[in-house]
Amino acid sequence: MNSTVVMDTEPVIKARKLGLVFQTKDSPVEALKDVNIDIEQGDFVSLIGPSGCGKTTLLRIIASLDKPTAGDITVNGMTPEEARLQRAYGYVFQAASLYPWRTIAGNVKLPLEIMGFSKTEMNERVKKVLDLVHLSGFENKFPWQLSGGMQQRASIARALSFDADILLMDEPFGALDEIVRDHLNEQLLELWKSTGKTICFVTHSIPEAVYLSTRIVVMSNRPGKVVEVIESSLPRERPLDIRDSPEFIEIAQRVRMDLRMSHSYE
Amino acid sequence: MKSILPITTVSIVIVILWYGFSVVLNSTWTKDQANRAGVEVTFSEILKDTMVQQRPLLPAPHQVIIELWDTTVNKKITSKRSLVYHGWITLSATLLGFVIGTGLGVMLAIGIVHNKAMDYGVMPWIIASQTVPILALAPMIIVVLYSIGLSGLVPKAIISAYLSFFPVSVGMVAGFRCPDPTQMDLLKTYAAKKSQLFWKLRVPISMPYLFTSLKIGVAASLVGAIVGELPTGAVAGLGARLLTGSYYGQTVQIWSALIGSAILAAILVGLIGLIQKHTLNRMGLAR
Repeated sequence: MNSTVVMDTEPVIKARKLGLVFQTKDSPVEALKDVNIDIEQGDFVSLIGPSGCGKTTLLRIIASLDKPTAGDITVNGMTPEEARLQRAYGYVFQAASLYPWRTIAGNVKLPLEIMGFSKTEMNERVKKVLDLVHLSGFENKFPWQLSGGMQQRASIARALSFDADILLMDEPFGALDEIVRDHLNEQLLELWKSTGKTICFVTHSIPEAVYLSTRIVVMSNRPGKVVEVIESSLPRERPLDIRDSPEFIEIAQRVRMDLRMSHSYE
Repeated sequence: MKSILPITTVSIVIVILWYGFSVVLNSTWTKDQANRAGVEVTFSEILKDTMVQQRPLLPAPHQVIIELWDTTVNKKITSKRSLVYHGWITLSATLLGFVIGTGLGVMLAIGIVHNKAMDYGVMPWIIASQTVPILALAPMIIVVLYSIGLSGLVPKAIISAYLSFFPVSVGMVAGFRCPDPTQMDLLKTYAAKKSQLFWKLRVPISMPYLFTSLKIGVAASLVGAIVGELPTGAVAGLGARLLTGSYYGQTVQIWSALIGSAILAAILVGLIGLIQKHTLNRMGLAR
């Protein structure tokens, strides 16, 4: 058995008995408990659950923006912090959080400037990723001149610009209306297919999770736990109307059942 | 253009009030004079006299304007009687003080934002520094600096800096601290260095604060420079004009120096405003 085979079978993100307890003034809050998760190279994994179930916290731990208080986690075989320092992932926040004093091109350039790319390389990459998210022609606009959907696309372009293998997305389309969201979901799938990235996607929309994912991680709250991991049987090629197929509806029902059984809606 | 109407209205109201107070305040002297001479004065005579007195309690606006015109346009700017000459003396101290004060203010803000110990240790002193009346402090600064051989421009600039570093440091601490957690997290995901966080996020986001602070700072600098001229019995500068004016009861001279310094302050603040507009426009922050 040679080492490359081992490398290939090792999950990109691997968590074992992961836990996080926040210390608050009145009492400790258990945000995550005994979370086990494996995300393979090229997977599109959705984390779904009600608000407060720790799905964003889990994503932040993967990104080394928060530190777990129990268990182990590796990203690309390293600690999350090492992975972050090696710029292993691009992160898309809930809000586009573009810097308002930078143009769209300037915002996409931000990580490239920090990572020290050459000027010509920066311009090439900006052009390429803006093309990828269909924002060519908006280079010199300021964020406030763009719609919410376009801003979020720009922030995705920013996360793609330095070509990290992992894309972490925290409810990126949560604040957008359904029409725009459908459109962006389609584009995201296209992008995932053409780039082959590993995507970890937080959402609380069942159709969104089922439509996008190869695997769906259903979580419950108090404490945040993984209830079930559902492998999607849908093909990688997914037109929007796949959402009317019996297969899609079946998976969606399973997710809904899992969610319903696992929480108490006090 | 919409602002012209309100601005004119307010200006006219001020001028009318000013004339009104001139008449009321100066009429005492007119009546005294008439009493001593044993003559009766009519209201129209009082009105006429209050506008042209040599040493009025409150000079009428046109007297101040004539004096301003006379001491700026009609005098050579090298003349000791030129307000431009005196204005420049004060302006040079103001600008030097402003540069020192702004530099100091920004440096302190950088230290305070990056260092907890400085935040707790230095911030209270910065605030305490401004609770001491500058009028009490200025003479001591001048005397101490004179004893080590510094006089003229530098002591005035230091007093001016003493007043202007404060709004800049307080404003810039607020400015440097305004990035929200997501904006900070974003840079963390790029493994940005602390210096990059500063230049790419803290500096640009604090620009609106910087300009507001600079406007307050430059006005404070001017006040500082004038105050610095008072305790030395300075022979030149707007402060000296105020001082000699009060020695000799030259109220018209006092008021023209006052208005002169107000105009100077307005020009300085206006200049910063122009740079602000241009900069924020280019940054897409002005809407």
